Amino acid sequence: MRISEVFSLIEIIAMKKTFKGGVHPHEMKALTEKKAFEKMPAGKQVILPLSQHLGKSAVPIVKKGSIIKKGELIANGDGFISAPVHSPISGVVSKISQNPNLGGIYKDAVIIDVKEDEETDYLSALNPETITAEEIIERVKTAGIVGQGGAAFPTYVKLMPPKDKKIDLLIINGCECEPYLTRDYRFMIETPEKLIGGIKLIMKALGINKANIGIEDNKPEAIKKLNEKLSGQSEIEVKSLKTKYPQGAEKMLIKSITGKEVAPGKLPLDHGIVIQNIGTACSVYDAVVNGIPQIEAFMTVSGLGINEPKNLIVNVGTPINEILDYCGGVNEKAVKLVAGGPMMGVAQSDFNAPITKATSGLLVLTHEEAGDNEASNCLRCGKCVEACPLDLMPTKLARLTQLERFEEAEEAGILVCMECGTCTFQCPANIPLVQWIRLGKQSALKIKKEKQSA
Amino acid sequence: MDNAVNPTYRLELSSSPHIHSRWTVKQSMWLVNLALLPSIISAVIFFGIFQLSILFTSVVFCLLTEAAIKYLRKRQITLMDGSAVITGLLLGLILPPNFSLVSTAIGAVVAIALGKEIFGGLGNNIFNPALVGRAFLQAAFPVGITTWHQPNYALDSVSSATPLAALKFDKVLTDITPMFWGNISGSLGETSALAVIIGGLFLIFIGVVNWRVPVSMIVGMLIFGSIFWIIDPVIYPSPFFQLLAGGFMFGTFFMATDWVSSPLTSRGMLIFGFLISFIVVIIRLFGGLPEGVMYAILLMNAFVPLINKYTSPKIFGAEK
Ligand code: SF4
Ligand code: SF4
Repeated sequence: MRISEVFSLIEIIAMKKTFKGGVHPHEMKALTEKKAFEKMPAGKQVILPLSQHLGKSAVPIVKKGSIIKKGELIANGDGFISAPVHSPISGVVSKISQNPNLGGIYKDAVIIDVKEDEETDYLSALNPETITAEEIIERVKTAGIVGQGGAAFPTYVKLMPPKDKKIDLLIINGCECEPYLTRDYRFMIETPEKLIGGIKLIMKALGINKANIGIEDNKPEAIKKLNEKLSGQSEIEVKSLKTKYPQGAEKMLIKSITGKEVAPGKLPLDHGIVIQNIGTACSVYDAVVNGIPQIEAFMTVSGLGINEPKNLIVNVGTPINEILDYCGGVNEKAVKLVAGGPMMGVAQSDFNAPITKATSGLLVLTHEEAGDNEASNCLRCGKCVEACPLDLMPTKLARLTQLERFEEAEEAGILVCMECGTCTFQCPANIPLVQWIRLGKQSALKIKKEKQSA
Repeated sequence: MDNAVNPTYRLELSSSPHIHSRWTVKQSMWLVNLALLPSIISAVIFFGIFQLSILFTSVVFCLLTEAAIKYLRKRQITLMDGSAVITGLLLGLILPPNFSLVSTAIGAVVAIALGKEIFGGLGNNIFNPALVGRAFLQAAFPVGITTWHQPNYALDSVSSATPLAALKFDKVLTDITPMFWGNISGSLGETSALAVIIGGLFLIFIGVVNWRVPVSMIVGMLIFGSIFWIIDPVIYPSPFFQLLAGGFMFGTFFMATDWVSSPLTSRGMLIFGFLISFIVVIIRLFGGLPEGVMYAILLMNAFVPLINKYTSPKIFGAEK
């Protein structure tokens, strides 16, 4: 039995909350966990992509030459799943044009030249005690709040579950199971009142009185701090979870906290659960109580390739290179730039791309961290199978994709894969398993759709 | 884009994940070789320093065969991945003391050529290559491979038969204690259970070997061995004797746990180990041969694809 399994066994005996499978990457959080959030001053320009969220792009309401105040609305959400965009600075619209986004694709963006100006144009401040659920949801919508870290899903939609689903539990995801990232940790340490205030508002919006904050046990300070602030009430409870990737994946988090398994094709909603991120809860508080729309990204800038790793508060729309320069620049060992965490983030090619509302991290990785990518034959060691938290057989799914046997791959569950990367991380033969699986998913999905429409 | 700002950046763009566990095939293979060291030492202690020539011959011919075949097939020569060295050491350690070096070399060539490369190299082979080599030698040199020698520090100066042969043909039961230390007759690396356990536990502890195969084999042996022992303790040996006898311990930790030729799934590994023990007990107690570990593992190797197929895990949350 390997060391980690001995621990798992002890945990099961001690009833520690966790899920089956998973891996233990080097945490690398020591690089930034002691560093308080620091506000990065505005540069000369911000580039505000109109699509910083999942769903339809926002529609601009400004023109070239429009004078903008900090916090002003510059683009409206379009349709049900969309989010408006606000300006993080005061300035003048210099143009609206195609600009590379974080995915490397050219998309419409409003470019604003910064003008020094203290004036702001925030929303009205609301009273959290007297506000109604509808008002909270409306505010979350108009403030353009989107989920932070993952897919940037518009938050207000998640606060309006279909009427036939009865919600009874809010889970706040404080796992921060991605290595390097420490921004959720800093939120919990620095502004626990704001976080708790935000959680209460979300609970009110959902009309429920029970919330759990799931935190990995490598953050004892955060657990202690929140427990202190929460003492004397029973609605919000902190759950200490085992430190293991991907503890923060929705299905894993739900399993660890409630013991329920969300079936393939089902949603947390089907189990009466809504999940929100730590940062999102803080944004909700700011939007309601201070009237501030989502115009800043709270992010960890880290990795051995950056000279001064930091936790930063950055204006949305700031180009990556300005942020890297602010962090002391990149050293010569850097080989990879990633937006997000090292397990699920996206590698970047363009230093001029702007960060968005949902950017939780920028990592500059060295060869030492990123490693080699040369793959050999599968040795059938079973490590990927043992590690997959969703109990898939990654080696088989990758193999079936290589053989273009997509229908069999679908039967074997390829569409269930959440692309957490655990299997690739663990494979001794260095096979890009999840990369193959991603490829196979697209074809399997197409075939499935064709079948359904036929 | 604006390269003037960052002229030196040249970036890799592969997709996530961007970090890796640092497990490599090479590292794992060399750790297995390291884990064989206690067994090599026990072979030297109990059978003399000359036995190293068997191991050396076996390793060298495994390496040469692999290099030659890779060269002929115009493939990259990957000797340093350590896998041919493992095959060489494993084969050498399951041969009898003072075994003919020529035969050893033949066994090594067969192990690599027919055990591994014929299937397309490491990862594609169905059977454990070292056992393929050993099975070939058993068929080709039936006398040589069952000619045993008394170990150094032997307690009983009469018998040079292995404990299993002594039991089968002479109805003599060997004492358990020397079987644990290794001062009994048997194959080079198989006699000392202690040495095997040290290496095996090391591999499990560092995570190269999955615990499920050895544990299920040992539990299986205790169960099946006990059944017969309880039926008639006079005719049948105790399960502890069975555990320590012959190649069982060595097979448990080093042969059945071979990544390539054992199952992928957790449940599959348990079934695999359990059935090996069952077959071993049946061969030992009712077959014509005194020992059955080699055949039991080879037989179960052949069933691995089937086991994988029927033990694929239930997808998280799915009802089935
Ligand atoms: S990426 Fe997919 S297959 Fe791989 S471990 Fe995660 S869920 Fe399993
Ligand atoms: S971890 Fe890699 S080598 Fe091992 S079975 Fe999976 S794909 Fe094959």
